[in-house]
Amino acid sequence: MKPIAVFVKSLLLVCSMLLAVSVIAQVDVFDFETAEQEDRFRQLANDFRCPMCQNANLTHSTGGVAADLRREIYNQIMDGRTDDEIEQFMLQRYGDFILYRPRLTVQTILLWFGPALFLLIGVWIAFGIIKRSANKGTDDPENVSDTVQPDDLTADEQARLDRLLSDKLANNPSTGDNSPDDSRR
Amino acid sequence: MRNLKLYIPVFAFLLLAVFMWQGLYMDSRTLPSTLIDRELPAFELRALNEGDQLVSNADLPDEPFILNIWGSYCLPCLQENPIFMSAKEQDLVPIVGVNYKDRDNLARDWLDINGNPFTMNIVDDTGRYGIDLGVYGAPETFIVDANGVIRYKHIGTINYQAWQDEIMPVVRELQSAHAAQTDASAGQSS
Repeated sequence: MKPIAVFVKSLLLVCSMLLAVSVIAQVDVFDFETAEQEDRFRQLANDFRCPMCQNANLTHSTGGVAADLRREIYNQIMDGRTDDEIEQFMLQRYGDFILYRPRLTVQTILLWFGPALFLLIGVWIAFGIIKRSANKGTDDPENVSDTVQPDDLTADEQARLDRLLSDKLANNPSTGDNSPDDSRR
Repeated sequence: MRNLKLYIPVFAFLLLAVFMWQGLYMDSRTLPSTLIDRELPAFELRALNEGDQLVSNADLPDEPFILNIWGSYCLPCLQENPIFMSAKEQDLVPIVGVNYKDRDNLARDWLDINGNPFTMNIVDDTGRYGIDLGVYGAPETFIVDANGVIRYKHIGTINYQAWQDEIMPVVRELQSAHAAQTDASAGQSS
Protein backbone atom coordinates (compact mmCIF):
# COMPACT_ATOMS: atom_id res chain seq x y z
CA MET A 1 0.00 0.00 0.00
CA LYS A 2 1.18 3.49 -0.79
CA PRO A 3 2.06 5.64 2.23
CA ILE A 4 -0.59 8.18 1.27
CA ALA A 5 -3.26 5.49 1.27
CA VAL A 6 -2.13 4.33 4.69
CA PHE A 7 -2.32 7.88 5.93
CA VAL A 8 -5.82 8.47 4.58
CA LYS A 9 -7.07 5.19 5.99
CA SER A 10 -5.69 5.84 9.45
CA LEU A 11 -7.12 9.36 9.34
CA LEU A 12 -10.55 7.96 8.54
CA LEU A 13 -10.19 5.47 11.35
CA VAL A 14 -9.37 8.21 13.86
CA CYS A 15 -12.30 10.29 12.64
CA SER A 16 -14.70 7.41 13.04
CA MET A 17 -13.45 6.92 16.59
CA LEU A 18 -14.21 10.57 17.34
CA LEU A 19 -17.77 10.11 16.11
CA ALA A 20 -18.39 7.45 18.72
CA VAL A 21 -18.19 9.94 21.59
CA SER A 22 -21.46 11.69 20.74
CA VAL A 23 -23.34 8.42 20.62
CA ILE A 24 -22.84 7.44 24.25
CA ALA A 25 -23.81 10.79 25.74
CA GLN A 26 -27.55 10.67 26.21
CA VAL A 27 -29.34 7.83 27.89
CA ASP A 28 -32.97 8.84 28.29
CA VAL A 29 -35.40 7.60 25.67
CA PHE A 30 -38.15 9.69 24.14
CA ASP A 31 -40.75 8.60 21.62
CA PHE A 32 -41.38 11.03 18.81
CA GLU A 33 -44.22 10.98 16.32
CA THR A 34 -42.20 12.32 13.42
CA ALA A 35 -38.54 12.40 12.43
CA GLU A 36 -38.80 16.18 12.21
CA GLN A 37 -39.71 16.39 15.91
CA GLU A 38 -36.73 14.24 16.78
CA ASP A 39 -34.42 16.44 14.70
CA ARG A 40 -35.72 19.54 16.43
CA PHE A 41 -35.20 17.93 19.82
CA ARG A 42 -31.60 17.02 18.93
CA GLN A 43 -30.93 20.50 17.64
CA LEU A 44 -32.40 22.24 20.71
CA ALA A 45 -30.66 19.97 23.20
CA ASN A 46 -27.40 20.69 21.41
CA ASP A 47 -27.93 24.45 21.39
CA PHE A 48 -28.69 24.90 25.08
CA ARG A 49 -25.97 24.87 27.69
CA CYS A 50 -26.42 22.89 30.85
CA PRO A 51 -26.61 25.44 33.72
CA MET A 52 -24.96 23.07 36.16
CA CYS A 53 -22.09 21.48 34.23
CA GLN A 54 -21.25 24.60 32.37
CA ASN A 55 -19.12 23.38 29.54
CA ALA A 56 -21.56 20.80 28.27
CA ASN A 57 -24.73 21.19 26.27
CA LEU A 58 -27.94 19.52 27.36
CA THR A 59 -27.30 16.54 25.11
CA HIS A 60 -23.96 15.73 26.64
CA SER A 61 -24.63 16.58 30.24
CA THR A 62 -25.47 13.95 32.80
CA GLY A 63 -26.52 16.52 35.41
CA GLY A 64 -29.93 16.23 37.01
CA VAL A 65 -31.18 19.57 35.78
CA ALA A 66 -30.05 18.75 32.24
CA ALA A 67 -32.24 15.66 32.22
CA ASP A 68 -35.16 17.77 33.49
CA LEU A 69 -34.58 20.35 30.77
CA ARG A 70 -34.37 17.67 28.08
CA ARG A 71 -37.70 16.31 29.26
CA GLU A 72 -39.11 19.83 29.26
CA ILE A 73 -37.96 20.39 25.67
CA TYR A 74 -39.49 17.06 24.68
CA ASN A 75 -42.81 17.93 26.35
CA GLN A 76 -42.93 21.32 24.70
CA ILE A 77 -42.16 19.92 21.26
CA MET A 78 -44.93 17.37 21.69
CA ASP A 79 -47.23 20.20 22.82
CA GLY A 80 -46.62 21.86 19.46
CA ARG A 81 -44.49 24.76 20.66
CA THR A 82 -42.12 26.33 18.14
CA ASP A 83 -38.35 26.46 18.55
CA ASP A 84 -38.56 30.20 19.23
CA GLU A 85 -41.10 29.69 21.98
CA ILE A 86 -38.93 27.04 23.62
CA GLU A 87 -35.90 29.32 23.41
CA GLN A 88 -37.89 32.14 25.01
CA PHE A 89 -38.98 29.75 27.76
CA MET A 90 -35.36 28.90 28.54
CA LEU A 91 -34.18 32.50 28.30
CA GLN A 92 -36.82 33.71 30.74
CA ARG A 93 -35.72 31.21 33.34
CA TYR A 94 -31.99 30.83 32.88
CA GLY A 95 -30.98 33.96 30.98
CA ASP A 96 -28.53 34.36 28.13
CA PHE A 97 -26.23 31.87 29.76
CA ILE A 98 -28.35 28.97 28.53
CA LEU A 99 -27.51 29.78 24.90
CA TYR A 100 -24.33 28.21 23.62
CA ARG A 101 -24.39 30.66 20.72
CA PRO A 102 -24.68 34.09 22.33
CA ARG A 103 -27.19 36.52 20.90
CA LEU A 104 -25.91 39.57 19.06
CA THR A 105 -26.41 42.46 21.47
CA VAL A 106 -24.45 45.57 22.42
CA GLN A 107 -22.81 43.60 25.22
CA THR A 108 -21.72 40.73 22.97
CA ILE A 109 -20.53 42.78 19.99
CA LEU A 110 -16.89 42.47 21.05
CA LEU A 111 -17.37 38.73 21.51
CA TRP A 112 -18.73 38.35 18.01
CA PHE A 113 -16.48 40.71 16.10
CA GLY A 114 -13.43 40.95 18.39
CA PRO A 115 -11.49 38.22 16.55
CA ALA A 116 -12.10 39.88 13.15
CA LEU A 117 -11.08 43.22 14.67
CA PHE A 118 -7.82 41.79 16.01
CA LEU A 119 -7.16 40.13 12.65
CA LEU A 120 -7.59 43.49 10.91
CA ILE A 121 -5.23 45.16 13.37
CA GLY A 122 -2.70 42.39 12.74
CA VAL A 123 -2.99 42.71 8.96
CA TRP A 124 -2.60 46.49 9.26
CA ILE A 125 0.57 46.13 11.35
CA ALA A 126 1.97 43.47 9.01
CA PHE A 127 1.36 45.68 5.97
CA GLY A 128 3.07 48.56 7.74
CA ILE A 129 6.16 46.46 8.43
CA ILE A 130 6.29 45.08 4.89
CA LYS A 131 5.87 48.50 3.37
CA ARG A 132 8.58 50.01 5.53
CA SER A 133 11.11 47.31 4.70
CA ALA A 134 10.28 47.64 1.00
CA ASN A 135 10.91 51.39 1.18
CA LYS A 136 14.29 50.94 2.78
CA GLY A 137 17.15 52.14 0.58
CA THR A 138 15.09 54.35 -1.66
CA ASP A 139 15.66 58.05 -2.01
CA ASP A 140 12.79 58.89 0.24
CA PRO A 141 14.47 61.11 2.87
CA GLU A 142 12.06 59.91 5.56
CA ASN A 143 13.32 56.39 5.17
CA VAL A 144 17.04 57.01 5.62
CA SER A 145 18.28 54.40 8.01
CA ASP A 146 21.17 54.46 10.40
CA THR A 147 23.50 52.60 8.05
CA VAL A 148 25.67 54.65 5.72
CA GLN A 149 24.32 54.93 2.21
CA PRO A 150 26.59 55.20 -0.88
CA ASP A 151 25.27 58.69 -1.53
CA ASP A 152 26.51 59.85 1.85
CA LEU A 153 30.15 59.88 0.77
CA THR A 154 31.78 63.25 0.53
CA ALA A 155 33.78 64.16 -2.56
CA ASP A 156 37.07 63.35 -0.76
CA GLU A 157 35.84 59.96 0.34
CA GLN A 158 34.58 59.17 -3.13
CA ALA A 159 37.96 60.04 -4.63
CA ARG A 160 39.74 57.82 -2.14
CA LEU A 161 37.35 54.97 -2.85
CA ASP A 162 37.97 55.29 -6.56
CA ARG A 163 41.73 55.31 -5.97
CA LEU A 164 41.61 52.19 -3.82
CA LEU A 165 39.46 50.32 -6.27
CA SER A 166 41.65 51.19 -9.23
CA ASP A 167 44.81 50.23 -7.23
CA LYS A 168 43.27 46.91 -6.46
CA LEU A 169 42.35 46.27 -10.05
CA ALA A 170 45.81 47.30 -11.24
CA ASN A 171 47.76 45.14 -8.78
CA ASN A 172 47.69 41.41 -8.69
CA PRO A 173 45.40 40.64 -5.69
CA SER A 174 47.63 37.77 -4.54
CA THR A 175 50.65 40.04 -3.92
CA GLY A 176 48.66 42.00 -1.45
CA ASP A 177 48.09 45.63 -1.10
CA ASN A 178 49.82 47.45 1.73
CA SER A 179 47.42 50.25 1.93
CA PRO A 180 46.56 50.84 5.62
CA ASP A 181 42.90 51.13 4.69
CA ASP A 182 42.92 47.50 3.72
CA SER A 183 43.88 46.24 7.16
CA ARG A 184 40.49 44.58 7.72
CA ARG A 185 41.22 41.88 5.22
CA MET B 1 5.55 59.66 17.68
CA ARG B 2 8.21 57.06 17.17
CA ASN B 3 8.74 56.76 20.93
CA LEU B 4 5.03 56.23 21.46
CA LYS B 5 5.06 53.31 19.07
CA LEU B 6 7.70 51.63 21.20
CA TYR B 7 5.23 51.50 24.07
CA ILE B 8 2.52 49.66 22.13
CA PRO B 9 3.58 46.21 23.44
CA VAL B 10 3.51 47.57 26.98
CA PHE B 11 0.00 48.93 26.51
CA ALA B 12 -1.13 45.68 24.93
CA PHE B 13 0.33 43.76 27.85
CA LEU B 14 -1.37 46.00 30.41
CA LEU B 15 -4.73 45.70 28.66
CA LEU B 16 -4.46 41.92 28.53
CA ALA B 17 -3.25 41.78 32.14
CA VAL B 18 -6.25 43.79 33.37
CA PHE B 19 -8.70 41.45 31.62
CA MET B 20 -6.96 38.32 32.80
CA TRP B 21 -6.60 39.62 36.35
CA GLN B 22 -10.36 40.20 36.42
CA GLY B 23 -10.87 36.73 34.99
CA LEU B 24 -9.03 35.24 37.96
CA TYR B 25 -11.68 36.54 40.33
CA MET B 26 -14.71 36.01 38.15
CA ASP B 27 -17.14 33.43 39.46
CA SER B 28 -18.70 31.75 36.47
CA ARG B 29 -20.41 29.13 38.63
CA THR B 30 -23.14 31.42 39.90
CA LEU B 31 -25.42 32.65 37.16
CA PRO B 32 -27.20 35.97 37.49
CA SER B 33 -30.86 35.27 38.01
CA THR B 34 -33.30 36.53 35.43
CA LEU B 35 -36.09 36.42 38.00
CA ILE B 36 -35.00 39.33 40.16
CA ASP B 37 -37.84 41.86 40.41
CA ARG B 38 -40.24 39.44 38.78
CA GLU B 39 -43.13 37.73 40.51
CA LEU B 40 -42.59 34.35 42.02
CA PRO B 41 -43.75 31.85 39.37
CA ALA B 42 -47.20 30.41 39.98
CA PHE B 43 -47.37 26.93 41.45
CA GLU B 44 -49.90 24.42 42.63
CA LEU B 45 -48.09 21.62 44.35
CA ARG B 46 -48.40 19.25 47.25
CA ALA B 47 -47.32 20.38 50.67
CA LEU B 48 -45.02 18.07 52.59
CA ASN B 49 -46.69 16.50 55.65
CA GLU B 50 -50.19 17.44 54.57
CA GLY B 51 -51.37 14.43 52.64
CA ASP B 52 -52.48 15.26 49.12
CA GLN B 53 -53.46 18.81 49.90
CA LEU B 54 -52.37 21.25 47.23
CA VAL B 55 -50.85 24.61 48.05
CA SER B 56 -50.41 27.60 45.76
CA ASN B 57 -49.04 31.15 45.81
CA ALA B 58 -52.06 32.23 47.89
CA ASP B 59 -50.77 30.11 50.79
CA LEU B 60 -47.43 31.92 50.96
CA PRO B 61 -46.74 34.35 53.82
CA ASP B 62 -48.09 37.86 53.22
CA GLU B 63 -44.88 39.39 54.51
CA PRO B 64 -41.30 39.19 53.18
CA PHE B 65 -40.01 35.62 53.34
CA ILE B 66 -37.15 33.37 52.33
CA LEU B 67 -37.68 30.59 49.79
CA ASN B 68 -35.09 27.86 50.18
CA ILE B 69 -34.58 25.09 47.60
CA TRP B 70 -33.42 22.02 49.49
CA GLY B 71 -33.26 18.24 49.45
CA SER B 72 -32.38 15.49 51.87
CA TYR B 73 -29.55 14.43 49.52
CA CYS B 74 -28.01 17.91 49.66
CA LEU B 75 -25.04 18.21 52.01
CA PRO B 76 -24.78 22.02 51.96
CA CYS B 77 -28.44 22.11 53.05
CA LEU B 78 -27.35 20.34 56.20
CA GLN B 79 -24.90 23.19 56.76
CA GLU B 80 -27.62 25.80 56.28
CA ASN B 81 -30.08 24.12 58.63
CA PRO B 82 -28.72 25.42 61.99
CA ILE B 83 -28.73 28.99 60.65
CA PHE B 84 -32.34 28.64 59.54
CA MET B 85 -33.25 26.98 62.85
CA SER B 86 -31.87 29.89 64.85
CA ALA B 87 -33.70 32.32 62.55
CA LYS B 88 -36.89 30.43 63.32
CA GLU B 89 -36.24 30.50 67.06
CA GLN B 90 -35.64 34.24 66.96
CA ASP B 91 -38.67 34.69 64.69
CA LEU B 92 -36.60 36.73 62.24
CA VAL B 93 -38.27 35.83 58.97
CA PRO B 94 -40.52 33.03 57.68
CA ILE B 95 -38.67 30.42 55.63
CA VAL B 96 -40.56 28.46 52.98
CA GLY B 97 -38.95 25.28 51.74
CA VAL B 98 -39.10 23.84 48.25
CA ASN B 99 -38.27 20.16 48.56
CA TYR B 100 -36.52 19.80 45.21
CA LYS B 101 -36.33 16.44 43.42
CA ASP B 102 -36.53 14.48 46.64
CA ARG B 103 -38.71 11.74 48.10
CA ASP B 104 -41.31 12.63 50.70
CA ASN B 105 -40.30 10.00 53.23
CA LEU B 106 -36.60 10.92 53.00
CA ALA B 107 -37.46 14.61 53.33
CA ARG B 108 -39.63 14.00 56.42
CA ASP B 109 -36.91 11.90 58.04
CA TRP B 110 -34.37 14.62 57.32
CA LEU B 111 -36.57 17.23 59.00
CA ASP B 112 -37.19 14.93 61.99
CA ILE B 113 -33.49 14.39 62.50
CA ASN B 114 -32.13 17.88 61.78
CA GLY B 115 -35.04 20.05 62.81
CA ASN B 116 -37.64 21.76 60.65
CA PRO B 117 -37.03 25.49 60.15
CA PHE B 118 -39.68 25.83 57.43
CA THR B 119 -43.09 27.40 57.94
CA MET B 120 -44.27 25.39 54.96
CA ASN B 121 -42.76 22.98 52.49
CA ILE B 122 -43.65 22.74 48.82
CA VAL B 123 -42.99 19.38 47.16
CA ASP B 124 -41.32 19.68 43.76
CA ASP B 125 -40.43 16.05 43.21
CA THR B 126 -40.19 16.33 39.41
CA GLY B 127 -38.11 19.50 39.43
CA ARG B 128 -40.60 21.22 37.14
CA TYR B 129 -41.18 24.15 39.49
CA GLY B 130 -37.41 24.37 39.83
CA ILE B 131 -37.18 25.01 36.08
CA ASP B 132 -39.65 27.88 36.45
CA LEU B 133 -37.41 29.28 39.18
CA GLY B 134 -34.28 28.87 37.06
CA VAL B 135 -32.89 26.50 39.67
CA TYR B 136 -30.02 24.24 38.70
CA GLY B 137 -29.21 22.53 41.96
CA ALA B 138 -29.94 22.72 45.68
CA PRO B 139 -29.30 24.77 47.70
CA GLU B 140 -30.54 27.97 46.14
CA THR B 141 -32.28 30.67 48.13
CA PHE B 142 -34.65 33.46 47.09
CA ILE B 143 -35.83 36.43 49.11
CA VAL B 144 -39.41 37.34 48.22
CA ASP B 145 -41.13 40.56 49.28
CA ALA B 146 -44.64 40.95 50.71
CA ASN B 147 -46.11 41.34 47.22
CA GLY B 148 -44.69 38.03 46.05
CA VAL B 149 -41.90 39.60 43.97
CA ILE B 150 -38.44 38.01 44.01
CA ARG B 151 -35.89 40.50 45.29
CA TYR B 152 -32.71 38.53 45.77
CA LYS B 153 -31.17 35.20 44.92
CA HIS B 154 -28.31 33.41 46.59
CA ILE B 155 -26.81 30.40 44.84
CA GLY B 156 -25.04 27.81 46.94
CA THR B 157 -24.62 27.39 50.66
CA ILE B 158 -25.66 30.13 53.03
CA ASN B 159 -23.04 30.15 55.73
CA TYR B 160 -23.21 32.36 58.79
CA GLN B 161 -21.33 35.18 57.09
CA ALA B 162 -23.57 35.14 54.01
CA TRP B 163 -26.59 35.15 56.30
CA GLN B 164 -25.30 38.17 58.22
CA ASP B 165 -23.88 40.17 55.32
CA GLU B 166 -26.13 39.28 52.41
CA ILE B 167 -29.43 37.78 53.40
CA MET B 168 -30.44 39.66 56.56
CA PRO B 169 -29.76 43.19 55.24
CA VAL B 170 -32.08 42.51 52.29
CA VAL B 171 -34.69 40.91 54.57
CA ARG B 172 -34.62 43.84 57.01
CA GLU B 173 -34.94 46.35 54.20
CA LEU B 174 -37.96 44.54 52.77
CA GLN B 175 -39.47 44.18 56.24
CA SER B 176 -39.21 47.88 57.00
CA ALA B 177 -40.66 48.70 53.56
CA HIS B 178 -43.49 46.30 54.27
CA ALA B 179 -44.07 47.84 57.72
CA ALA B 180 -44.21 51.33 56.19
CA GLN B 181 -46.65 50.07 53.56
CA THR B 182 -49.00 48.47 56.07
CA ASP B 183 -48.84 51.57 58.31
CA ALA B 184 -49.78 53.74 55.36
CA SER B 185 -52.70 51.56 54.34
CA ALA B 186 -53.84 51.31 57.96
CA GLY B 187 -53.74 55.11 58.18
CA GLN B 188 -55.78 55.41 55.00
CA SER B 189 -58.51 53.01 56.10
CA SER B 190 -58.98 54.55 59.56
